Amino acid sequence: MDFRLSPEEEAFRAEVRAFLDENLPEGQSRMDFPFLMEWNKKVRAKRWVGFSWPKEVGGGGGSLMQQVVLKEEMSKRKAPPLGACFMGLAWVGPAIVHYGTEAQKQRFIPDILDGAYQWCTGYSEPDTGSDLAALQCKCVREGDQYVVNGQKIWTSIAMWSKWMILLVRTDPKAASKHDGITCLLVEMSTPGIDVRPIQNMSGSSMFAEVFFNDVRVPVENRLGAEGQGWQVTVSALASERSSIAEVTAMFRKLEELQELAKKCTKDGAPATSDSKVRRQLAVFEAKIEAMKLNGLRSLTQQLRGEPMQGETSVNKLLRAELEVDMGDFALELLGSAGAYWKGSDETVDGGRWQFGALNWPEVVIGGGTPNIQRNIIAERILHLPKD
Amino acid sequence: MPEVRAVEVQVDFGFSEEQELLRSEVRKLLDARAPLEQVRKTMETGPGYEPDLWRELAELGWLGLTIPEGFGGAGLGWVDLVVLLQETGRSLFPSPLISTTLAASAILDAGTEEQKQRWLPSLADGSRIGTLALLEASDSLAPTGIALLGKADGDAFVLSGQKKFVADAGAANLFVVAFRTGGGPQDLALGVLDAGAPGVTASHSATIDATKRLGTLSLDEARIPKSALLGEPGKAWPAIERLLDRGAIAVTAELTGAADAALSLTVQYAKDRIQFGAPIGKYQGVKHPLAEMYVDLESTKSLLYYAAWAVAESPSEVPRSASLAKAYGTDAFTRIGIDGVQLHGAVGYTAEYDIQLYLKRAKWARPAFGDSDFHYERVACLGGL
Repeated sequence: MDFRLSPEEEAFRAEVRAFLDENLPEGQSRMDFPFLMEWNKKVRAKRWVGFSWPKEVGGGGGSLMQQVVLKEEMSKRKAPPLGACFMGLAWVGPAIVHYGTEAQKQRFIPDILDGAYQWCTGYSEPDTGSDLAALQCKCVREGDQYVVNGQKIWTSIAMWSKWMILLVRTDPKAASKHDGITCLLVEMSTPGIDVRPIQNMSGSSMFAEVFFNDVRVPVENRLGAEGQGWQVTVSALASERSSIAEVTAMFRKLEELQELAKKCTKDGAPATSDSKVRRQLAVFEAKIEAMKLNGLRSLTQQLRGEPMQGETSVNKLLRAELEVDMGDFALELLGSAGAYWKGSDETVDGGRWQFGALNWPEVVIGGGTPNIQRNIIAERILHLPKD
Repeated sequence: MPEVRAVEVQVDFGFSEEQELLRSEVRKLLDARAPLEQVRKTMETGPGYEPDLWRELAELGWLGLTIPEGFGGAGLGWVDLVVLLQETGRSLFPSPLISTTLAASAILDAGTEEQKQRWLPSLADGSRIGTLALLEASDSLAPTGIALLGKADGDAFVLSGQKKFVADAGAANLFVVAFRTGGGPQDLALGVLDAGAPGVTASHSATIDATKRLGTLSLDEARIPKSALLGEPGKAWPAIERLLDRGAIAVTAELTGAADAALSLTVQYAKDRIQFGAPIGKYQGVKHPLAEMYVDLESTKSLLYYAAWAVAESPSEVPRSASLAKAYGTDAFTRIGIDGVQLHGAVGYTAEYDIQLYLKRAKWARPAFGDSDFHYERVACLGGL
């Protein structure tokens, strides 16, 4: 067991810190558009966007450990994201790097790295959420085109995306529901696509329904072989690893919650002198620390080349509990003032705590509900029978 | 996916080949000599452990695992000790191993060269059983919880009173005793006391977990010579606090082994037991609590391994890490014990089935070296709240 970094990794850490000192001045707003444009160009020039991708496709060819160092330093300074194309970098790009044709790589990867436009993900359907492999969106091949008819839902940022990674059923008679699924790359401006935003309970509209009515997709935009869509998706989602950056962000949330607790009172005394409040904050700290160390244990497994069985589900469950409980705890600290919504003079911190207490489903439900994570652990790790 | 490049690994959060070898050797011996049928017999005996097997452990070098070779030990560290204790925990192995290891750790941490030569070899070779006598009737782990006053008398301190909740008190022949030397909150001392010294009586009884013994050390004008003090009188609190941390780590190590076994037993039962035409492990009402147990157990292990690593490599981090591990682990194991029995249904409540033994271990482990309220409060304090 050893938690020290090698001299090369320490040198890399110093390089990242020096870059941040120079390019992320104290007090710099993260919402300043010209600054963000410059930032994107600079991190792209460093090849820190797509840092772990192979150099041949324009990535940084960075090692797993360097990636950990990079993300850790970036999140410590609350740096803007490395790259602007969130889903493109998280799973669309890795899937194209792995399954794409040479032409697809050349067409899409540079744009993803440059953040030229957004990608969205067309997986869930009204009748197939957790049971994703049962998806029904129809797709028939006609010559050198696929014709798509059906509906997707919970498609995050569909209204602002130029492209979609889409799962469709090309073979309804396939022996297993996992076969017969095909992955397509679809331009959102194609005739027949209708996007209707859905408002969520915290008041924002980040996701949408997407309807497909005789949408024609060129065969050259198929990713992987026909019927290979499930594999393409599963391996792409697997690269959405629970990362060290996520843990640093959770520690930051905890600090904010501790600061809030210091400002609040309970029965006339500071909330931080209440034993239940103190214990709850320490419990959050233990869970976040556990996430960090669980992540390092998984990383060791990966570095040693040992097979992964769904260990990331462990951290996803911890994260889900934390998101829900921390959001709720903030409102509990606020007491009666926690009942206000944004817009009132009485609302603390502009209503951010109320928003946080209602906005957790984005993280907790997206990418697999907690019960799905429990199924993964029970079936893949504990080898209990499938239900 | 992009290929993961082979790199020179430095950060390594796993066990070494040597540690895995140690684990399999311990497992082999305990499977052969201390299966649960045997443990159930041993736990009913007076001493609560098997002296023959104890000597065998000594010969294998496991009693002095963390004692340096110069003092008759194996010279290994706390991560290695965690491996050993996870396996003894898995077997619910009844023995004064943790007690003796902690007594040795106190001497190693605060003792002089001469004191180490005097006591450590006998703790490593099994001829002496050691234990810590820290707590009193207050059951408080704070410095003010120690009230027993040592009166200076020539070249010794004279003690009259009781130390409570002393693990393996009736089996030990060496006690590391915490006592008070003055009125200041931290005017404390640690001394080594022989069980055969005049005015010393000790006894223990089986606890709710019959594989563990707790008792009382009674002192009537017992003398601890100044040559048997570990460190300077009046300045022992930091050393006592380090012992509390190590005790918490040791108990959590056994706890993770025991919880692992409880989870395996329950998973196996869920695969074998058929109800409504299917193994009950097929139903989410059963498989989800099992998944939760796994999450808690793995998280406890991660917290524990870091704390054990920090003992040698990053001592300033030990208080927070040990408290996080014990706090999280204690609550997790409480849940695992209860759910383990509950998921077994009625048979889980029978004396015949083994799962209940682990529930009892959880009840024993909760207060040992501080419960979760104590350790979470400590984490809050260390974090500046």
